[in-house]
Amino acid sequence: MSGAFGSIVELAAGLRAREWSCVELATDTLARLRDSQAAVNAFISVDEEGALAQARAADARLGAGDAPVLTGIPIAHKDVLMTRGLRTTCASRMLERFVAPYDAHVVARLREAGTVLVGKTNMDEFAMGSSSETSYFGPVRNPWSAECVPGGSSGGSAAAVAAGIVPATTGTDTGGSIRQPAALTGICGLKPTYGLCSRYGLVAFASSLDTPGPFAHTAHDCALLLNAMAGHDERDSTSVSRTAEDYARLIDANAGTKPLDGLRIGIPREFADDALEPDVVASVEEALAALRSLGASTLDITLPRLSYCVPVYYVVAPAEASSNLSRFDGVRYGHRAAEYDDLFEMYCRTRAEGFGAEVKRRILVGTYVLSQGYYDAYYLKAQQVRRLIAEDFTRAFAQCDVIAGPTAPTCAFTIGAKANDPVQMYLNDIFTIAANLTGMPAMSVPCGLSKQGLPIGLQLQANYFDEARLLNVAHRFQQATDWHSRRPS
Amino acid sequence: MSFSSDDIARLARLARIRLDAVETNDVREKLDAIFSLIDALQAIDTAGVAPMAHAQDVMLPLRDDIVTREDCRARFQAQAPEVADGLYIVPRVVE
Repeated sequence: MSGAFGSIVELAAGLRAREWSCVELATDTLARLRDSQAAVNAFISVDEEGALAQARAADARLGAGDAPVLTGIPIAHKDVLMTRGLRTTCASRMLERFVAPYDAHVVARLREAGTVLVGKTNMDEFAMGSSSETSYFGPVRNPWSAECVPGGSSGGSAAAVAAGIVPATTGTDTGGSIRQPAALTGICGLKPTYGLCSRYGLVAFASSLDTPGPFAHTAHDCALLLNAMAGHDERDSTSVSRTAEDYARLIDANAGTKPLDGLRIGIPREFADDALEPDVVASVEEALAALRSLGASTLDITLPRLSYCVPVYYVVAPAEASSNLSRFDGVRYGHRAAEYDDLFEMYCRTRAEGFGAEVKRRILVGTYVLSQGYYDAYYLKAQQVRRLIAEDFTRAFAQCDVIAGPTAPTCAFTIGAKANDPVQMYLNDIFTIAANLTGMPAMSVPCGLSKQGLPIGLQLQANYFDEARLLNVAHRFQQATDWHSRRPS
Repeated sequence: MSFSSDDIARLARLARIRLDAVETNDVREKLDAIFSLIDALQAIDTAGVAPMAHAQDVMLPLRDDIVTREDCRARFQAQAPEVADGLYIVPRVVE
């Protein structure tokens, strides 16, 4: 058999029709994983034995006849989500040998849903980056072009799906770390509303922004994954308590030839940016035309403070990171320096050796903006502008149902091209950061290929807790287009 | 915004990160560039705007104050660089 590039929906149907078993699916997946590792480097850890044991259990569950839809579906988690018994490194030397003593909430939920965990995916160190180049375990390569980055920080998770290794992965999105790599590798990635999926067991980077979410080939698959991942968790004080909903319900509903009739799509005039690649502009325009042909209408909207998202983010996220990463001190877990004279030196050497350059820079930026005399000018100011940005979005969603535009200003760039210029790297997230600052849901859907044959993503954003509609819009777009079926050669 | 090497050394001390001279210089240049991006915020009038610390302005929930966890000390301490008798070992800080 070959389950490569199969969607969850297709693989689940094949399991139920007994075209293949969960063990065959897992064996096939593990073989592809091994074969791709030298070229793509999407994985940090692999759990062959565990995967096969879970697959046997999944076969038994399917045989018993009451198995949920994700039973037997191979999955990989970003290596920032804790997995009991399987090491969780955050792609850092600091946690090179850390084996989590418990599962993250979303990991546990996906286990209960029957998924088969095959391994942990590579990423930017501590999820800080837009290229997956800062990993202690080496850069991830884009399956579409070995010279190019897959985006980041969840680059391994995106590349693993794009390369056809697994049908589904998890990621985390703090400033675009699910959506931007999804765009750059030609797959779907969803950042849910903040609070919908628990952060328990997600190694914290910026706690007010970090959001776990799924990657898959299709919006339908993302809806099935979100159904399993979402849910209240009392161990995360920001987890929202809501009645469970089926995020695939609109997808499953019958629709005519104009399934998006009545949908109002806002196009922010601020998205017309000089830094946009012409191929990105052209593909997004075509995508909007496709959405209109499905019955949607488009209207101009304005988000006047959009250009301030990046500066706000680069105050808020490093401030929270400097506080969160203070726990890595060489005492309770992780790396400890071999040589030191006293406690202060132990801390300083441990952190110098354990963290990479970008993580250190962000900790230092955060330390500065929180330090005495600068707090009001930077951290407080950024939080005030964050509110103004959120108010702009609330006003926009009074006029429209979803907001559409490019996910990233460019296609995948060459490995090393922006590695020494943090400001250029940060500007990759110019369109994605707003959804983290506001906490609203957003996703990226494949909508084209550049002249060089690199994927382009359409970003769709919606109001709080409007994931079902967001996923349905993406699904209807995918029913009318075939960009998600294109494969790297 | 322009940082001096002394500024960077002070930040590194506060953040408990040892930086050598080459790293200090690299960090100084990059922080100058990062803060030229951040300083754009100063142009916005934010008088009277309530700071937004969080995506949702909701009250933090309280849960019942009951013991819910098993004893996981041994499992957690298995991760530590150095332990003895159930305690984390660090260099002597009191003579």
